Order: sequence, then C-alpha cells, then structure tokens
Amino acid sequence: MLELRAVSKRYGGVVATDDVTLDVLRGEVHALIGPNGAGKTTLIGQISGVLATEIGRILFNGADITHLPAHARVAAGLARSYQITSIFRRYSVLENLALAVQARSGSSFRFWRPVREESALFDEARALAADIGLQDRSSTVAATLAHGEQRALEVGLALATRPQLVLLDEPMAGMGPQESRAMLALIQRIRSRVSVLLVEHDMDAVFRLADRITVLVNGRVVASGAPAAIRNDPAVRQAYLGEELAA
Amino acid sequence: MTRAIAVFVVLAIFPLAMQAMDGMFYVSLASRILIYAIAATSLNLVLGYGGMVSFGHAAFFGAGAFVVGIMAVEGVRSAWIAWPAAVAVAALAAFVIGALSLRTRGVYFIMITLAFAQMIYYIFVSLKTYGGDDGLSLPGRSTIGFGTLGNDLVWYYLVLAILAAVLYGLQRLVHSRFGRVIAAIRENEARAEAIGFPVYRYKLACFVIAGAVGGLAGALIANQSSYVSPSLLHWIQSGTLMIMVILGGVGTLWGGLIGAAVLLGLEHLIADYRIGWLAALAPNYQDHGALAVGIVLLAIVMLAPEGLAGLFTRRRHA
Repeated sequence: MLELRAVSKRYGGVVATDDVTLDVLRGEVHALIGPNGAGKTTLIGQISGVLATEIGRILFNGADITHLPAHARVAAGLARSYQITSIFRRYSVLENLALAVQARSGSSFRFWRPVREESALFDEARALAADIGLQDRSSTVAATLAHGEQRALEVGLALATRPQLVLLDEPMAGMGPQESRAMLALIQRIRSRVSVLLVEHDMDAVFRLADRITVLVNGRVVASGAPAAIRNDPAVRQAYLGEELAA
Repeated sequence: MTRAIAVFVVLAIFPLAMQAMDGMFYVSLASRILIYAIAATSLNLVLGYGGMVSFGHAAFFGAGAFVVGIMAVEGVRSAWIAWPAAVAVAALAAFVIGALSLRTRGVYFIMITLAFAQMIYYIFVSLKTYGGDDGLSLPGRSTIGFGTLGNDLVWYYLVLAILAAVLYGLQRLVHSRFGRVIAAIRENEARAEAIGFPVYRYKLACFVIAGAVGGLAGALIANQSSYVSPSLLHWIQSGTLMIMVILGGVGTLWGGLIGAAVLLGLEHLIADYRIGWLAALAPNYQDHGALAVGIVLLAIVMLAPEGLAGLFTRRRHA
C-alpha cells in the first residue's frame, strides 16, 4: 500500500537517505531498522510529508503523494507518531484524543457551537483511551502522565486519525521493560486493523512483531526480507546486527 | 456568566451616573476606552488565542477608520454601508497580509507584519487628497437612518452593545471546533498538522477574523471624534494595542477591555490630575506622561505577569 521509489534526501553534501526503494504491504508490520544516523527518522519525515522529497516518488494506495502536504496525507490514511513525544501537553488525555478525532470527522471551520456538546467526539476518544490502556487516566493533563503513558498517548493520537497505515517512530524510546511490554501488546492489538511501519531499536520487539524487516545503513537499504533471512544475512550482521545478535 | 452580567450592568449605569454628576466628558472617554477594548480584543484573538505575535494590527484598525472617513468625505455617511465596507476592507487587507506573513514564524512574522502595517501607514500619509499627514476631518458621525449617533449617550450605548457582541462572539469562538484547533496550533503546531489539520488555513482564518473586527473598531474610532489621523496606522498604535493585550491578559476574554481601560485611564489620570507630592518632587512630571505610564506598566507587568485578568480568574488548564 505504501511504495517508495528511489527516494533520496540530501542536506547540502550530506546524504540522509539514498535511493530508498521500499514497499509496505497491506496488513503487515514492516520494521525499519539500522544504526543511529542511518536515516530512519528522515525517511519517516519524508513519508509523512514533514520533509520535502525532491528525488524519487512516494505512492500511497497507488496515488502519488510525493508533494502532498502533511495534513492531506493524514486525510488519505497515513498517520505518524514521533520519536520525541509530541502531544498537547496542557490538555487532558481525553481532550488530546478528541482533538485528533475532530481532525478527521467533518469540517472544523465551525465557529459557534461548543465542542463540549459534541458527545460523539468524546465517546470515540474514550474508546481510544481504553484501546491504549489510559481509560483510568482520561482526565489527567498530558504533561503530568508517566513517560510510558505519554508514549501510549503519542501512538493513540496517530491511531485516532483512523489511519490505514501508521508510521511509528521508536514507540519504545526511553521505556523500561514493563512499559515496553505494554507497548508491544498495544501494537499486537492494533495490527489486525492497521498496517504498521515500525522504526525501533529494541531488537527483541522488532523480531517479535515484524512480518518483514528492512535494514537501512548510511541512508541505503542493505537488506529487506523476512526476519529469519535478515537475522542470517551476512551483510546485515556485519553492518549492524553483529554485536547484538552475538551477545 | 454572572461576572459578565455584573460588568455590563456597571458599564450600562456608568453614563447615567456621569450625566447626573455633569461629567459627560467621562462618557466620551469611556466610549473611547470601549472602542480600544474592541480593537485590543481582536488583537488578543490572534496574539493570545492563536499565538501569532502580529505587530501590525494597527493596519486593520486604521484601514477601517480611513474607509469610514473617506466614504464620509465622499458623501456616504450611512453606517449600514460604511461600516460593513470598513470591515470588508480590513478583512481583505488581513487576508493579503496574513497569506504572505503566515508563511514565516517567530521574529520574522513579527517583523513582516510590522513592515506591512508601516507600508499602509506611508500610503495614507502620502495620500494628500485625503488629508495626508494632517488627517481627515469628517462632516460628523455616521447616520443610521432613524436617529443620530451625534448624541454621546446614544453613541456610548451603541459602542457598549458592539463590545458585548464581540466578547460574546469571542467566547463562542474559543469553545467551538475552530477555537479548539486554534488553541491546539498554539500549543503544538507540528502535531496539529500531523493529526490532519491544515494549520495554515486555520491560522489565516483566525488572522482574517481578527483583522475584520479590528476594522470594525477602526470604523468606530473614526466616528468617536469625527477625525481620522494616519497615526491610527502607525506602528506605535500596533504597540499600544499590544501593550493593552499584555497588560490585560494574553489569551483571556477580558484582557482587551481591562488593558484598554487601564492604559487609557492611566494616560488620562497622569495628564489631567496634578498629584501634589509628586509635583513637589518633579515639577514637570506631567510633561513626561509616557515615562510615568511606562513606570506604572512596568510595575503591573512585574507584579501580575499573566496580566491583570489573571488576578481575577483562576487559571484553567486549556
């Protein structure tokens, strides 16, 4: 459903992503791994439309979205979460989610009727809060949530837009083992209804979740395939996985 | 809500009391304050609620005033025609200036809005047909068909009614879908875009609404003294409106009204009342009114960093 065709990104002389060709199929969890600085977050930025793509093409459900603005990609069914938590910190969990629901349900060029009266928005937000395990925290102000809870809300905001494909940029960043398990379970729960492109450093989680894995090194795809094949790929072992798998 | 009613009851009784005490001058001063309150409230929508630090709001205020002034000089004195025209011209100016300025952020946004407003200022200064530097005297206040707005009491109540409508509209807008989006953009613009809001369009709509209301305030100020000066368009005017908002309370419903009342009230107090002990210390302090106002403002801002409105309301989280 998502196709990258020879996508590159250069900042002056620095190559961030280099001739990346990649497919994410409907229904799969596709993991994108690679050492720090490999260009994973740059690629997520290009796919989500935050970073401009001058070289190569990006197709979503067959349509060329290379030059579509970010908000229009969300409307088309392509949402993202951030590696560095980006939520509406002064709003409650419920208000955060209701806002994201509002973004995709009808026009928001409405100036008179109080949002508070739109119970449909908040009903759906409550269901989402339960989905991400924050049903008991729904009236808590986001800034005061624990780190793991903020990360869950971060993913929840992306899910609230009802995407067909969600780009998760290191959802487990900075998490302890228990929080990581909860995030793993969350991704397992959502994978039946949404395709996932997952950037993650936690190899344990990656090999448990991924249907396919693409390895990025210095902005280039060095391998792509089933987890077992990636695990045994000599180039990958040498370039990246070596130490971690040997350990 | 009860507070709002109380405020407007007091404001409605005020001119009657002044009339009884033979103080019609204060009714005129109060109308001026209420008009500035409308202008400052419109700026507060972009600056406070929208988080867009526009340093060119005088452009819309002054444009509205000049539309009414020029139309009056050309013989169109009906408020039903001139005022909507003032609002429309201000909204159009806000659309053009906003469409270009909102592509920038931060300091660049501040500077570009300032630059646009100054451009408009110089256009009107060089427009000799309509007064140039000297400004434009109107043949009188606008007409509304069935009565005259020349009566200061009628004028006061009309301005008060418009302010009430503007504040009620702002209150509705802030809690509407649109208002939530604007607040979300101020809070986290990148995320607002990432959950699917076309951020630029919402900011532009907010900017245009504020410009239109600023134009309405301009139409009123032209009528207030039947005189339109290009100084209404000057950057100092933008700064004055900004000071009112900051003083009263950024992003608060009453901030514009409180700021306008305190700033204009202070200026009046310092210029027109001689304080004995202060005069003994500094005999000509009244010649340096701006300095005195500045010192008082500094004190208020230091003691009430969230604006004076913050002293009355408990702070809500969103």
